[in-house]
Amino acid sequence: MSASGSADLLIEGVGKRFGDVVALDHVSLQVAQGELLTILGPSGSGKTTLLKVVAGFETPDAGRVTVGGVEITALPPAKRDIGMVFQNYALFPHLSVAANVAFPLEMRNVAKPEIERRVAEALAMVELKGYEARLPRQLSGGQQQRVALARAIVFNPRLLLLDEPFGALDRKLRETMQLEVRRLQRRLGLTTIFITHDQEEALVLSDRIAVMNRGTIQQIATTTEIYERPANDFVADFVGESNIFHGTMSAPGMVVLDGGRALQVRSDKPAGAKVGVLMRPERFAPSGANAFSGEVIESVYLGTSFKLRLACEGGPELLVRQPARGALPAAGARVTVGIEPESIHVF
Amino acid sequence: MRTPPSRRLLVIACGLIYFFLMLPLLVVFPISLSSAPYMQFPPPGLSWQWYERYLDDPQWIDATWRSLYIGAATAIFALALGVPLAFALVRGRFFGRVLIDRLALAPVIVPTIILSVAVYGLFAKLKLIGTWYGLVIAHTVLALPFVVLVIVAGLRDFDRSLEQAAEGLGASRWRTLSRVTLPLLRPSLVSAGLLAFISSFDEVVVALFLAGANMTLPKKMFDNILMEIDPTIAAVSVMQILLVSVVLVLIGRFGRGLKDSAR
Repeated sequence: MSASGSADLLIEGVGKRFGDVVALDHVSLQVAQGELLTILGPSGSGKTTLLKVVAGFETPDAGRVTVGGVEITALPPAKRDIGMVFQNYALFPHLSVAANVAFPLEMRNVAKPEIERRVAEALAMVELKGYEARLPRQLSGGQQQRVALARAIVFNPRLLLLDEPFGALDRKLRETMQLEVRRLQRRLGLTTIFITHDQEEALVLSDRIAVMNRGTIQQIATTTEIYERPANDFVADFVGESNIFHGTMSAPGMVVLDGGRALQVRSDKPAGAKVGVLMRPERFAPSGANAFSGEVIESVYLGTSFKLRLACEGGPELLVRQPARGALPAAGARVTVGIEPESIHVF
Repeated sequence: MRTPPSRRLLVIACGLIYFFLMLPLLVVFPISLSSAPYMQFPPPGLSWQWYERYLDDPQWIDATWRSLYIGAATAIFALALGVPLAFALVRGRFFGRVLIDRLALAPVIVPTIILSVAVYGLFAKLKLIGTWYGLVIAHTVLALPFVVLVIVAGLRDFDRSLEQAAEGLGASRWRTLSRVTLPLLRPSLVSAGLLAFISSFDEVVVALFLAGANMTLPKKMFDNILMEIDPTIAAVSVMQILLVSVVLVLIGRFGRGLKDSAR
């Protein structure tokens, strides 16, 4: 069995095609014991297919899935001991809340008194005591979500899979549920895979994020790593707001963008290397080593910040966020901003 | 607020259609309570005599029981065949599926009289004429399309993620079927079973050919009209109408509405 710190869930070279469409192109990843890994990607990126392969609802064409050192690639879903929360919750509409939560225990032939005790415990964990006799349709969306969660954890599963579970909730409730899921997952030490297309949600919840696109994993890294040091254009663009340019290293620490503009950066890439350059909008200050001045073509007030779109002389269009202080610069106004070399990510 | 004339016309048209549909009932009900010894409308007086005649006649009672258990057996067999067939048609991917899909509805397309003659020829050889179970077999064929139509509609709307959830939570295929799929299909099953029952309980053409001496209620009524026209037939009709109405109410209450399954 696995030693502490090593991979609990191991996905190795998993491939899946549907006709001509490659849904998964030799995907490999590891999730450590107790870790929450988010698979982030747009729809059609293959993230749901990957989750189905782990849950056993899809059989991969190639590769292996291992949990705690035991291969499960060919096991039917019922034998995998995986708790899953579906996008639409998939609560059994004909069963009460208590019967829904008891379902996985009954399937495991747990004794009646034990079932009652564990159902009560699980419902207490998701703060749904007193709702035992209700039917799913008599609950609000958030409550249904909690029942689905209780049902997924009540049998102490080896893994927890969450398939875009917050999509149907309003913003406020979504934030509450995110924190609650995170708290519960930590407390139970459950190895968890979370699927979402919402990059903000991914940043809030995850230990690490795997960004997927077109059936391949673009980057797996911690949340800060993904945001600060994306591996490529896709990740930089998909996670957060960004200004992405391309250019060539002209000397160590110096990039010439394709438009001709030179920038000071921190990078040890050799001269002549083709590189991507990422500048996050919030990293701009009123002044800095690299100065840009330009005309405001669009300005939006966002409460805590201003969002400005600048057309710079002889150069690129920039998205800039500034703390909301003073008056919102009007369209047509001239603004100068700067950015330090260490705030620019070169990839 | 003034009702637009087009709407008033619609109400009148609907009222007329409704009246037309109800007309037989409006005649049959009073006649069944008639004190006259023959069919007469309006009846000269009221009495229960025709109901008494029905209840006291072992032939009528016999025919009623036979129709009831033939209907029940038909419903059971039609469900036993139709439900697996509907599953295969909706979920299966096999050669000839489309053909079978069309064939399953053939019994409603082929004229009943043709079917009856054909079945008569076959059953004569098999010595099934005049047996109650022969009639059950023939009625099951006729009832099958109703069952298939209703269950197919129910399965098309079925949320399969519920079955995936059950399997993911540790349920075997069999327990998923018995604990999740069938309970959720119950309204469709109820509708299908009761429709199959009614289709057999009301059926006369096949019964004329196959029943022989084993009278079913519709066949007895038919014979009764041919032989001796007396208002007993009206009393029987009223009770038959009441029974079918009760069944239809049950479908409305516990089953899936026909308007859903027509989709």
